[in-house]
Amino acid sequence: MSAREDIMNRIKSALRDAPETPVVPRAYRRSSTMSDAQRLEQLVDRLVDYKANVFLTPAADVPAKLAELLAGTSSIVVPHGLPQEWLSALKDDAGAPAVHVDSPERRLTVAELDAVDAVVTGAATAVSETGTIMLDGSDDQGRRIISLVPDRHICLLHAADIVEVLPEAIARLEASRPQTWISGPSATSDIELERVEGVHGPRTLDVMILT
Amino acid sequence: MSNTFLGMPTLPVFGQGNINATESFPQAARRELANTQLRANLGHATHTIRDKRLKVVAELPDWEDMRNAGSAIKDATMANLPALLEQFEANFTARGGIIHWARDAQEANEIVTALIRETGETEVVKVKSMATQEIGLNEYLEEQGIAAYETDLAELIVQLDHDKPSHILVPAIHKNRSQVREIFLREMPVVDPNLTDEPARLAEAARKHLRKKFLSAKVAVSGANFGLADTGTLTVVESEGNGRMCLTLPETLITVMGIEKLLPTWSDLEVFMQLLPRSSTGERMNPYTSLWTGVTPGDGPQNVHLVMLDNGRTAALADEYGRTALNCIRCSACMNVCPVYERTGGHAYGSTYPGPIGAILSPLMTGIKSEENSSLPYASSLCGACFDACPVKINIPEILVHLRGEDVDSKRAKLKVPTQMDLMMKGAQWAFSSGSHLNLLEKGLPLGKLVAGRDKVIKKLPGIAGGWTQSRNIPAPPSQSFRQWWDKEHKPGAAVVPGTTINEGEQA
Ligand code: SF4
Repeated sequence: MSAREDIMNRIKSALRDAPETPVVPRAYRRSSTMSDAQRLEQLVDRLVDYKANVFLTPAADVPAKLAELLAGTSSIVVPHGLPQEWLSALKDDAGAPAVHVDSPERRLTVAELDAVDAVVTGAATAVSETGTIMLDGSDDQGRRIISLVPDRHICLLHAADIVEVLPEAIARLEASRPQTWISGPSATSDIELERVEGVHGPRTLDVMILT
Repeated sequence: MSNTFLGMPTLPVFGQGNINATESFPQAARRELANTQLRANLGHATHTIRDKRLKVVAELPDWEDMRNAGSAIKDATMANLPALLEQFEANFTARGGIIHWARDAQEANEIVTALIRETGETEVVKVKSMATQEIGLNEYLEEQGIAAYETDLAELIVQLDHDKPSHILVPAIHKNRSQVREIFLREMPVVDPNLTDEPARLAEAARKHLRKKFLSAKVAVSGANFGLADTGTLTVVESEGNGRMCLTLPETLITVMGIEKLLPTWSDLEVFMQLLPRSSTGERMNPYTSLWTGVTPGDGPQNVHLVMLDNGRTAALADEYGRTALNCIRCSACMNVCPVYERTGGHAYGSTYPGPIGAILSPLMTGIKSEENSSLPYASSLCGACFDACPVKINIPEILVHLRGEDVDSKRAKLKVPTQMDLMMKGAQWAFSSGSHLNLLEKGLPLGKLVAGRDKVIKKLPGIAGGWTQSRNIPAPPSQSFRQWWDKEHKPGAAVVPGTTINEGEQA
């Protein structure tokens, strides 16, 4: 008998008293009661608490703000679907960082990614109550590796994509896409349970919220 | 698909590996208690995390609703496990993942080894995983000439120190910062000799130490926190980014997951990803959660395997009164609130699973007849703090009592002659069956005083009652019982003197 059959038989035998399947009570909050402004404020509060840097930027000012944040940076990586206009202020400027585009046609190697200073991505959605930003590998967010290896992650999020509670985000996300949920820069509490930001993932997380 | 079982009921098949203690709890606890540094570190850590948990739990108005949902979802999962496993398998496989089944620790270790061998590699990076600790994967791989590098900071500390984890969430909780610094200075091949014991500096040292490993790793081994049946999605919850590194960079990913880790639907994750981080690290959300479904072309490992592990889980499932122990999501909240764990630490439990959950899960998986694990259900004062803290409402005290009963029954069954406990219980039955029996026995009270001697304490009781006096003394019994006193005072004609105390004679 295969291990699979064996285990299935063991399970069925273990359940021969036919335990009943309870109805799941879903009395917890599944939708937001907050206004847009309250959600925004809550998200900012949580992100700051996690030691992320937060910038509220009107959509029109994104290129200038991005150029400001990247001043002095020598190279960045962006996914191929990142809106081109966001990077418009980086061009034609002598001090602008080199921009590497990661695309299905030209995938950057680990070594190349390790050599860049920062990554700029979009985001799928964010949960204000927990301060969580979700990436789902869409074209403006790219492969999981590009938002992982560079030491600094600049993440651009539309204010309209902020929800309050986790169930709202779950309803928006598609399970089969590879996802990374990010709540602040990488951290550890392994030594005396003291939270320390910055271990293996990007040690700096900049979140630009487009208002 | 039907769950109805029509075949012959099989006897439970128990698990093996690191879920079997090598010595009894009282013996191990005595040694661990003598380690004052350990107790100080543990006390500090468990209190810190307890306070954090309480704070973030209090923030949510619907915490109890979430616990109720979580508990029901897990009960529903167990009740429908065969169908859910088939559904998960179909979805995960449809997206290019490959599933293997392992009856026990040995089989799982062999599968993982064969998969690594196929890649031609002799090194793997690992994400912290309880399942692989349970089966003793690292030790097995080492014997096979494969080096497994733990990448979680705490696991790294433990591995570098050739020690064992003492807590399921923060395995190096028994070490303080200066001890960690010493371990790093001693064991890391390249390390700044001026390393201080600041946690931030220590974390940085770990980053440097592991960076090259991550960037060049070809094979990773992980566990999984949840498997979602209706989508075939796996989840790893972590903080440091070592998980992301292992799940994203290598070409081959091998995940080992217990069969009980499933949740029926994608949307069930909305409950568990609220329950887990708040209960475990006391955070609103852990820094990183990774989700993957089979293979994503061009993104992450392209050779994706999952080993589904039994190793005694079906035996636990077969125990009607104990099966809810499988609902555990390994948050460790029960450990952090446990007065016994706080003093003995995790090593005393012997098994990979320490604390209150370990005290039920380990014997359920190995069988209560397992010599050393049979003492685990007694490693509790039954105070109930674990039940209150548990995000999926596992009634740990009730299962502990159930397992104590099983233990007594199994020991009785082993012996042909009645045990001391049987005789005591028989005696008690006789004594309490009538007042005259009790009267007769109470005549023996002065004898107890005699045994106690001048200092009026009994230091050692004979036979199994000796268990009680192992760690405490018993005050000498009074010279008369309440019933004797009452009879004397209420004899026809005896005057009741106001203010008379029962043991007047004792106070002299
Ligand atoms: S038994 Fe409950 S509290 Fe303990 S680790 Fe498991 S889920 Fe957490």
